Order: sequence, then C-alpha cells, then structure tokens
Amino acid sequence: MAFFEVLAGSVNTFIAALGETVKLAIVSLIIATVLGIIFGLFTVSKVKILEWISAIYIGIIRGTPLLVQTFIIYYGLAQVLRPLGFQWKLIGGPFTAGAVALSLNAGAYMAEIIRGGIESVDRGQMEAARSLGLSYGKAMQKIVLPQAFFTMLPAIINQFIITLKDTSLISIIGIRELTQNGKILAANSSTKVMIIWVIVALYYLVVCTILSKIAKVVERKVSHGK
Amino acid sequence: MENKNIAERPVKISVKGLRKCFGELEVLKSMDVEVHEGEVVCLIGPSGSGKSTFLRCLNKLEEANGGEIIVDGQKITDKKININKVRENIGMVFQHFNLFSNLNIIDNITLAPVELKIMSKEDARKRAMELLKRVGLEDKADAYPSQLSGGQKQRCAIARSLAMSPDIMLFDEPTSALDPEMVGEVLDVMKGLAKDGMTMVIVTHEMGFAREVADRIIFMDGGYIVEEGTPDEIFNHAKEERTISFLNKVL
Ligand SMILES: Nc1ncnc2c1ncn2[C@@H]1O[C@H](COP(=O)(O)OP(=O)(O)OP(=O)(O)O)[C@@H](O)[C@H]1O
Ligand SMILES: [Mg+2]
Repeated sequence: MAFFEVLAGSVNTFIAALGETVKLAIVSLIIATVLGIIFGLFTVSKVKILEWISAIYIGIIRGTPLLVQTFIIYYGLAQVLRPLGFQWKLIGGPFTAGAVALSLNAGAYMAEIIRGGIESVDRGQMEAARSLGLSYGKAMQKIVLPQAFFTMLPAIINQFIITLKDTSLISIIGIRELTQNGKILAANSSTKVMIIWVIVALYYLVVCTILSKIAKVVERKVSHGK
Repeated sequence: MENKNIAERPVKISVKGLRKCFGELEVLKSMDVEVHEGEVVCLIGPSGSGKSTFLRCLNKLEEANGGEIIVDGQKITDKKININKVRENIGMVFQHFNLFSNLNIIDNITLAPVELKIMSKEDARKRAMELLKRVGLEDKADAYPSQLSGGQKQRCAIARSLAMSPDIMLFDEPTSALDPEMVGEVLDVMKGLAKDGMTMVIVTHEMGFAREVADRIIFMDGGYIVEEGTPDEIFNHAKEERTISFLNKVL
C-alpha cells in the first residue's frame, strides 16, 4: 500500500523533524514557564508599575497572531539590529528566533494561567502566613504557589499541548520541523500530497496523545498527594 | 484590685487616633486604645462596626490611614518598620482558621519557626508536639487540615501561632465559624492562655466568655469606641444608650 511505503520511506526525515519539533517545544515551554511565573507574579503584585508591564506584555501577545510575532522577531529584529552587527545566524538561526517567539507567546498565556491559579487560593492563606512573620515572597513560595499549582495543572498541560502544535507555525521561517518536512516532501511528490499530510498529522497526534496521557497520570499522582 | 495591677504593667499595644478608610468608606474614625501586658481585652459591637478592621490594623494586615500604633515599643505605623519582625511577636487567629491546606498539621506549626530560622527543624517539631498536646491534638500531627473538625482546626491554628512564642495574640471571632458543640473546646484553650498571662485582644460574640475571661470590654460602633470598662461595668451597668441596646439584642 502506498501509505505504508511513504511512511517507511519518510521515516528518517520525519524522525529528525520530530526531534526539532520536540526540541523547539521543550525549550520554549521551559522559558515560557519562567516568563509565566514572573509576569503572573507581576500581575498579582499590587505594584502598579509591574502590573502595567505585565498587562502590556500580555495584551500585545494576546492581541496579535503568533505568525506576526514570529515575523517581527525574525525579520523585524534582524533588520533593526543589523547596524549593530546582529544576525540570527550568529545565535542559532531561525531555531533561536522561533524559540524566542514561541516562548514569548506561550509565556503570556502561562502568566494568565498562573495569575488565575494564585487568585484561586483563598486570601486567608497569604494573610495567615504573613501574620506569622513570613515575607511576601516566602509566603508565596511555601503556601500560595504550591496550592495554586494543583488548580493550574490542567491548564498548564493544555498550554503545553497548544505550544507543541504552535511549533507548526514556526516552520514558516525555515526550521525543518514536522510541518516544514511535510512541505518539502509534498513539494517533491505531487501525487502523494494527501498521504504525506496525513502522516504529518499522525506524528502530531501521537506526540500530543502521549503528552495528554502523561499529563493524566501526573495529574492523578499530584491530586492524590494532596 | 486586679485592674489596678494591670494598669501598672507595661503597655504592649498603644493606639492613638487610628483612622482607616476603604475608599470612600471611613471604617475607623478615631480609635484610642491601650493594652497592658497580660491583659485580655474583648472587642464587641455590631456587624460592620470595624472590629476586624481594627484588629487587622494591629499587625498591619490593614494599613492605617492616620494615627499611630505602637506594638511592643515598635511604631508599626512607621513606613520604615520591618513589619515581618514585629509580626513574629503577634499571633493571629482567624475566624476561618486559615490552616495551610498544602501542609499537614505538624508542618503547619513548624513552618514559620523553621523558615524564619528561629528553631532547628528538630526543636521545632519537639515544640510543635508539646503545643499539640497542650491543645489536645497530639494524635493529629500527621493529618491534613481537611481531615480535622472545625474545633480541631482552630485549636491547631492557635498552636501554630503559639509556635512563634508571641507576646500578644489577636483573635478575630475564633469560634463563630464553629458548630456549637465545638465552641467550648476552643474557648477552653483561650482561657488557658489568658490564665498563663498572654496579652490578648479578642473580637467575639461570645458574651459569656467575654464576661468570664476579659479584663476589659470595649464596645465599638460606627468607627468609634462607644464605651469601655470591666465586664461588670459593661454588662451590668452600661451607661451609653447604644451599648445597652446592643447588649439587649445579643444577650
Ligand atoms: N477590604 C475591604 N474593602 C472594602 N471594605 C471593607 C473591607 N474590609 C472591611 N470593609 C468594610 O468595612 C466595614 C467594617 O468591616 P469589619 O469587617 O471591620 O466589621 P466587623 O465589625 O468585623 O463586622 P463583623 O462582626 O460582621 O465581622 C464594613 O462595612 C465592611 O464592609
Ligand atoms: Mg469581623
């Protein structure tokens, strides 16, 4: 059958491409989580300037498409910073640019998730911790964030899956991840276009399904620990 | 006679002209209160009269808009004060317990002394077990707050405050979220504290308790202290019309 022939024939390039997709997703998600915690804490900080910074950041990201954000970072920054001798080539090329775009994008959504999680924790928990003499930071770290984490977990995992699929858009700046690999293969064999894109979809499906399954297990584990 | 004795002791809390607003709403208009070492003061008054707000100003959970609060010689209304340090010495017990739900009972109690490097982990655990024994919960050390009854939670919350060895304890309606049959066990713990000479400020609707334990009753309404005095003076010989009508309603 043609499908299995193509599947077997393309497995090498797809495994390499899958590696790029996963690498891009993991790097971006780690940075996004850090950004999310920082800007999530800014949002609940009651310090006006920090609240503004985070509101502007989140507003811009949520109000513009990821593709446009990617172009601004990859093409726009390259143009503006060229006089300073900057080229994306020097720091890892499109992969780095893609990771930056994806991190900033997912970071804003993570910040919203983390803000929601923190706000879901009863105010009395923070007050009790402060009344004992703990600093705001310590109370956050020891009491509020651990409790928020349980509530946030499903949303965080959902964001992981979204970001994994969003790597597809980053193909546009020339990273040979799953989607870009599909494009290249499809361009070279116009009779098997459908088969190739179904295969691409299957790769995403498998990874996302595995991620969901892991997530379910983790979720169950933590909620038991609670 | 006993009261004379109290008045001669050092002042632990001194509040002068305290004002507190929430936006347009002026909740505390001008409060003047002095609490002496070992004194038990009960705050009573109608709902919304600002009792909780006043109590929360004493450890700066609410920031005063005017006036001066001195706790243990530290002017906490001062901007530069290290409030965390002052709070180590002021325990607070909340209406809804506010036990840390991500920690078990023993960790609830040891968290602050260990994190604030007041005790080693082992010493803190030993002290926590003593405190749990004192409040009758030594068999609950490894339980989580969700596994405790309301009365047990509140006794644990008191133990958590005591773990910091505070000089002053603030209570905001510690029994009003409890089923009636659990009120007694919490009040008993508080009576024990009072007997041991703890300085206490208690917002309460438990008039029987106030009458029995308080050295002084403060009746507040509309952001002011309307009347204060010994339990006998307030409960049996109130002078102000508002005090009398409030007491008629609750007694
Ligand atoms: N954080 C807040 N923001 C706005 N208004 C508040 C806030 N906290 C309290 N208030 C208002 O201040 C007033 C006094 O509240 P407070 O909780 O001090 O009263 P209380 O005497 O403790 O009443 P209760 O017996 O019902 O507990 C109320 O009108 C209340 O609505
Ligand atoms: Mg109140």
